[in-house]
Amino acid sequence: MTHFSALSLLKNALTGHKNWDAQWPDSQPKAEYDVIIVGAGGHGLGAAYYLAKEHGITNVAVIDKGWLGGGNTGRNTTIIRSNYLYDESARLYDHALDLWDGLSQELNYNVMYSNRGVLMLAHNVHDVQSFKRHIHANRLNGVDNTWLTPQEAKEYCPPLDISASARFPVMGAALQRRAGTARHDAVAWGYARGASQRGVDIIQNCPVTAIRRGPDGRVTGVETARGFIGAKKVAVSAAGHTSVVMDSAGVRMPLESYPLQALVSEPVKPVFPCVVMSNTVHAYISQSDKGELVIGSGTDQYTSYSQRGGLPLIEHTVAAICEIFPIFNRMRMLRKWGGIVDVTPDRSAILGKTPVPGLYVNCGWGTGGFKATPGAAHTLAWTVAKDEPHAINAPFTLERFATGRLIDEAAAAAVAH
Amino acid sequence: MLLIRCPYCQQTLPELEFTYAGQAHVARPDAANKQISDEEWRDFLFIRTNVKGPHYERWRHAHGCGRFFNAVRDTVSDRFLITYKVEDPRPELSDLLEKSE
Repeated sequence: MTHFSALSLLKNALTGHKNWDAQWPDSQPKAEYDVIIVGAGGHGLGAAYYLAKEHGITNVAVIDKGWLGGGNTGRNTTIIRSNYLYDESARLYDHALDLWDGLSQELNYNVMYSNRGVLMLAHNVHDVQSFKRHIHANRLNGVDNTWLTPQEAKEYCPPLDISASARFPVMGAALQRRAGTARHDAVAWGYARGASQRGVDIIQNCPVTAIRRGPDGRVTGVETARGFIGAKKVAVSAAGHTSVVMDSAGVRMPLESYPLQALVSEPVKPVFPCVVMSNTVHAYISQSDKGELVIGSGTDQYTSYSQRGGLPLIEHTVAAICEIFPIFNRMRMLRKWGGIVDVTPDRSAILGKTPVPGLYVNCGWGTGGFKATPGAAHTLAWTVAKDEPHAINAPFTLERFATGRLIDEAAAAAVAH
Repeated sequence: MLLIRCPYCQQTLPELEFTYAGQAHVARPDAANKQISDEEWRDFLFIRTNVKGPHYERWRHAHGCGRFFNAVRDTVSDRFLITYKVEDPRPELSDLLEKSE
């Protein structure tokens, strides 16, 4: 397989880019694997990559009902940050951020990670107090986060309106400088290529219909549209469809699946230098390298598997953006879409073992799973390989909903995230 | 935009008038008369069917009569099979599917 470099780029440029190899083969399922991962998104492909690279387990298949990276990996707004309030979350998301930092070099695939900074706007006294609390908590956990005055925020993000007459006046902002964006598709493709290079099979358009267990309760494999495939271990990383898949193994999940929508504008010249989020008005915006404004907000109010969502939410989102950035109120929107996100009661992920021997789960990332991709994948691979929790994912158990040791980011952020 | 029929007002109105209120027919454990285990509390508080297909759920006509009511909605198509009053019995799914064919 081609090693990407300036030289390989030049060589292929001279032959009109007609001789690039396929980056990974479309594999046919074998009869049995050591590990099957259900869901070929960034998390699932990443877990396969780390299983092969760090744990030497290469007899692995990643199976998806659609095409690779076609679920929430390809549908999110690509924001990366780690400024979470609680210690457990800060460790997990900051671990991911550490991995984002060197991911392009590690994968020899440009994931276009850009640490352009995430600016979270404070519009009222409560916001100011709550963000300052976040900043202090983050600093104690070694996570960078800085308080900016309205003037400093305006210098960092010139399109911001900090005038006193603004509908939602800016009273300051929290800035995480290491935060930013990455190219979502490239993350799935880079991990797929890296995993495939090490012998992992990627099986697309093959829905997993059930997880099978033996008489001793242990996982024996999965039923798919192409028949039974045996496996010693199964890891489910199926986002919005996780509870459907887990149900077939007899494990009921504390999850609800909601549509989360996003939209992009027509592409324009560079106008917006960072990511801006406003929890109070509830919308977030950045500009992609193609020039589109990438906009999102919260989930629809009702559970659904429709991958659509309703227009009232789009209207709310665009209204919020126009209130904060009046300069965008004549931008034309190009596309909008929805993904199905699996939300837990405490808005923190579930990542680790299950009551079923040989069955692992990575789910509940709600509206913010993209940023965690490398960290979730890395620690999931550890747990699957060693059959024990990694120090970082250990608090994110399924049992916490019975013991009461919740990681209540829902209360901390006051919005889904 | 979903169009939802309020069984109290007997009107079909836009989604904006309503708030979603989660899965319906979730019974609270009888803690007054027996010991409830942590697992039973977990099931009551946190475990949901999250079904892909016909889903029994609650809605509230927040900007109308203000009352809670129940509904069965297909979570794949988002189509409502029925909305019914809180005091009405839980309709059988087989009857609803037969009617909606």
